Amino acid sequence: MTAIDSKPEETPGMVDGQGHGHSDTPFQAHHFDTPQQQYESVKLGMWLFLGTEILFFGALFALYTILRANDPELFSYASQYLNTMLGGVNTAVLILSSLSMAAAVHFAQRGKRTLMLACLWLTLAGAAGFLVIKYFEYEHKIHVNLNWGPSFYYPVDQAEATAVGADGEVLTLAAENASAASAETALLATENAESLPTVAEARLAAAPASDAVSVAPAALGPGGLSAIKPEEKIAADRAAVGQVEYSDKPHLEDKALPVNTHRFFAIYYAMTGLHGIHVVVGMVMIGWLILRGMKGHFDHRYYAPVDLGGLYWHIVDLVWIFLFPLFYLIH
Amino acid sequence: MTTIDTTPPGELAGAAPGAVTPPVDNYLTWSKGVASWAFTLDHKRIGVMYLLGVLTSFLVGGIFALIIRTELIAPGQTIIEPETYNIFFTLHGAVMVFLVIIPSIPGSLGNFVLPIMLGAKDVAFPRLNLFSFHLWIIGAIFTVLALLFGGFDTGWTFYTPYSTKTELGGVVPVIFGVFILGFSSIFTGLNFVVTVHKMRPKGMTWFRMPLFLWALYATALIQILATPVLAITLMLVGLERVFQIGIFDPAMGGDPVLFQHFFWFYSHPAVYIMILPAMGIISELITVHSHRHIFGYTFIAYSSVAIAIFSFLVWGHHMFTSGQSALMNTIFSAITFSVAIPSAIKVFNWLATLYKGSIALNTAMLYALGFIFLFTIGGLTGIYLGTLNVDIHLHDTYFVVAHFHYVMMGSALIAFIGGLHHWWPKMFGRMFDETLGRIAFVLVFVGFNVTFFTQFMLGSHGMPRRYYDYQPEFTIYHMISTVGSYIMAAGFFLTAFYLLHSLFFGRKAPANPWGGRSLEWQCTSPPPHDNFKTTPSVGDCYDFRAVHWSEEEQGYVVIRDDDPDTVSSAH
Repeated sequence: MTAIDSKPEETPGMVDGQGHGHSDTPFQAHHFDTPQQQYESVKLGMWLFLGTEILFFGALFALYTILRANDPELFSYASQYLNTMLGGVNTAVLILSSLSMAAAVHFAQRGKRTLMLACLWLTLAGAAGFLVIKYFEYEHKIHVNLNWGPSFYYPVDQAEATAVGADGEVLTLAAENASAASAETALLATENAESLPTVAEARLAAAPASDAVSVAPAALGPGGLSAIKPEEKIAADRAAVGQVEYSDKPHLEDKALPVNTHRFFAIYYAMTGLHGIHVVVGMVMIGWLILRGMKGHFDHRYYAPVDLGGLYWHIVDLVWIFLFPLFYLIH
Repeated sequence: MTTIDTTPPGELAGAAPGAVTPPVDNYLTWSKGVASWAFTLDHKRIGVMYLLGVLTSFLVGGIFALIIRTELIAPGQTIIEPETYNIFFTLHGAVMVFLVIIPSIPGSLGNFVLPIMLGAKDVAFPRLNLFSFHLWIIGAIFTVLALLFGGFDTGWTFYTPYSTKTELGGVVPVIFGVFILGFSSIFTGLNFVVTVHKMRPKGMTWFRMPLFLWALYATALIQILATPVLAITLMLVGLERVFQIGIFDPAMGGDPVLFQHFFWFYSHPAVYIMILPAMGIISELITVHSHRHIFGYTFIAYSSVAIAIFSFLVWGHHMFTSGQSALMNTIFSAITFSVAIPSAIKVFNWLATLYKGSIALNTAMLYALGFIFLFTIGGLTGIYLGTLNVDIHLHDTYFVVAHFHYVMMGSALIAFIGGLHHWWPKMFGRMFDETLGRIAFVLVFVGFNVTFFTQFMLGSHGMPRRYYDYQPEFTIYHMISTVGSYIMAAGFFLTAFYLLHSLFFGRKAPANPWGGRSLEWQCTSPPPHDNFKTTPSVGDCYDFRAVHWSEEEQGYVVIRDDDPDTVSSAH
């Protein structure tokens, strides 16, 4: 960290606070004695913040672990509905954006502004690319009702499902229409009512039979399998369907679908959605770094924001690197 | 006037050449106008604003408490409907926990004194500090909004599946509000940790830090490590309620006990977020007001950190009756007992500090002594509840209510009030009326014990908590408890009166009215905007031999004839 230089700057820099500041270098806040102290402080602050981020996601990873330990067959089965190819491409995109971010920090430390900006733009492009791919993934799933909660069991309008192209507007409407369909229709329309958990029924306030079903695996404790489908039956069904890398057929017609598969998608959307929000925040942050970089705020003495932005971006990538195998590669 | 040792001007961080210092330099008069407060970066002003917010919330939460107690004065309906009662006890809990006790000491007193005690100009990230406060305001607004949306009756714990099913519309706003308050708490903690690590001036080593700072540091660690889990848990409850994702709802294959694990993983450490800074305050009050060097400094310091670590390992003791395995119950019970060790270390060290001290029984000290008494009762009844077979009987009774009020209110809040009296002259430059202070303390202390000690008896006789109605044989206890709450309220209103009175008519406070030795007593009252003209040098902050009474100042002065670097730590 020899790049830190406490040599006084001739030009008065941005004065922090309420007009009584001073600065040895631009951007040194008045309450720090040296730029070194400021740099160490912001760095420690960022690491602590990343610690909270890790705990933030850590809680969700713990939730994932518990849910998966309770219903291993559900997770490994439902995973086939995720598109491994798109997920893999996204992983590559994020890793490359991490690389360009690291390069941006490297160039920032050496005061090479143009190269730093180029790398930041690349990172921004990577983040945007990730979100675009993620959008297509989400859009397809929501369209075919691979959803969280009760709408998982709504019937999909096949005509719309095949007719609609890449137009997001139309897709959203179609998804809404599908969700609006009543739960009763769901039960009538699907041949395979036996394999449905009775969420819809339970919501319709229901018969004793449905109560019995809705007591569900959680009550059986860790390792408990669904009360409806014994393991052998699932295995048999699965053998009948054949192991596939990626399943594109309507999930409600899938005889081997374990009960309560909607929970896999609940945690999938919760975790990837929260990660997606972090990517958006990261893009705003990178955009801000680019703006400041273009104004010439960074040089070899002051590059802390780029450094910290890099740390944040690496954590966002790291979370995805755990999410990808845990969701896409377990079937 | 100034009593700090000055370092040579050459070593100054340096004042801006052009900046003109007003003749009377004090943070209250530094600049004027609402905006100069609302957008200030000065940790002292942020602390004062937190204080205002916390005390306002305390008034609101207290009024709810009085209404609840009045309703319970006799069996059957007294003044409010059962549904309203449910909303009121929920609001009492949520307001007191999330808006009062958690932010009280770190947010107000911590923000105000931490940088000054440390000898720093400000916290490490003043903007983040202001942002924390703004988040606090937004969170408080959402909690109020929850009332307009129909209130919520889940209890402050938001247990599922009730919280995801209840018809009342206030659940989502309050969950969002608490989510935001959580981030306010995280950022305050983050700021304090970095400040303690990086902003200590030359000479302020870790083991020269006042114990209040150790306590705030340990608290900040918990705030950083536990609060994100609460945030995620509340997010999941919100998603469950809005989108029915089926994580916690048994009808959809979810697990409600899982929610309890997540919730208490935060909320047990949160109890220590409340009590640790209170213990820090008590360490200061006991030693300053008995003018005696703290006994067992390192033990008290390390016990704060030990409690912070233990706090993460005991959450299961809230769930002994939830059906978790007997092995888990046993382990959680054992770890819960071990929390008694660092807690008792503190209590014994405070008592040893008092021994042969010249104790000044002024208001702040009375609160400190009251704390030791109430905390001991609160802590020991915690051992009852941590004992598995006893807990089966006492679970969800008034015994639990009494226990956590002894800890949260009798300890955390009493310490906060004590600390407020201790630093009041420093914050506002005025002395309050000691006689009224002592009278108010007696009212609060007596009222508190009358209110809550009865509840131990109620609970052990089987009165369940949160109930609107009760069997006639409990009437006498409930009546005594309600009368106690009125006495306590009288004490708090009296306190509010003389503190407000002192702001306008109080005697001007000297720099060091109590004879403190730590750095905040060595700058003027109220402190100047930059805290210290020069970076102060630091000695042993509990060595009271150098503190002498000065008639001229009508306060104490620190006269140091020794080299600060060679002061022996006399313990």
